Amino acid sequence: MFRCIYKTPLFAANAALNLKKKSRGKMSLSAKDKETVKAFWAKVSGRAGDIGSDAVARMLTVYPQTKTYFSHWKDLSPGSAPVRKHGGIVIASITDAVNKIDDLAESLLTLSELHAFTLRVDPANFKILAQNILVVLATMFPVDFTPEVHMALDKFLGALARALSEKYR
Amino acid sequence: MVAWTDFERATIKDIFSKIDYEVVGPAAISRCLIVYPWTQRYFAGFGNLYNAAAITSNPKVAAHGKVVMQGLEKAVKNMDNIKATFTELSTLHSEKLQVDPDNFMLLGDCLAIVVASQLGKDFSPEVHAAFQKFLAVVVSSLRRQYY
Repeated sequence: MFRCIYKTPLFAANAALNLKKKSRGKMSLSAKDKETVKAFWAKVSGRAGDIGSDAVARMLTVYPQTKTYFSHWKDLSPGSAPVRKHGGIVIASITDAVNKIDDLAESLLTLSELHAFTLRVDPANFKILAQNILVVLATMFPVDFTPEVHMALDKFLGALARALSEKYR
Repeated sequence: MVAWTDFERATIKDIFSKIDYEVVGPAAISRCLIVYPWTQRYFAGFGNLYNAAAITSNPKVAAHGKVVMQGLEKAVKNMDNIKATFTELSTLHSEKLQVDPDNFMLLGDCLAIVVASQLGKDFSPEVHAAFQKFLAVVVSSLRRQYY
């Protein structure tokens, strides 16, 4: 019933077609990805504050281990002042990164140093925050957040995380 | 055994009573195949998966989405013993299908996003947390028989 899938004609056909696809490199952002990210971000940036605040609130609630980085806050509940403020800071940096999407490593140098030497956030948490941002976008923009947009944004946030991790070691 | 709070139990049952399996299942699987294209390796027999349009309109993908939802429903009905409920499924995924278990959470993440887009504001951080915990238990149970 289960035979070797690699030898089936359908697998070979799909594989051959995949090789012809334009974007190469280690999951780097293609021109189309960048276009998709910029276009979607332009649509949603009006609600940037809410997006950032909700994403941080979700991260702290759904992945409580992330609270360990914020023990200095008085109130970690969703909608609290520190959460809203921090959400705003994070989302502003992401908007900035969207505008500098062609050179993330260079433009995020200072932020990378901050995260590496001062904040010392374990880079695994970047992926966690990214997933929460995507969930927020899905709740707020269910029609516009198509699988294609989802993929481009997931790649972009991954590239952002890599740029932020640059200075760690 | 997993300790569920009353809120978590109620939330999980509520989510699964609200969502349409025929919509959410296919949407989650196709999103996973599009956003994480390497997962297509397990679906070579499904025909045309070349682009997003092909994936979303592929009837075998849609059918499989419903199969996944039916599997999850078993977990919802047996929340106090998801581990035992999924023993056979875990063995199936490990020995026959040979799915890399790291892929389970990729589908889980896509499912969270599809449910989020269905429920909108109702998918609050607390509801999201309960759903994420449910997904983590399901994934852990599916990983159990791997060796």
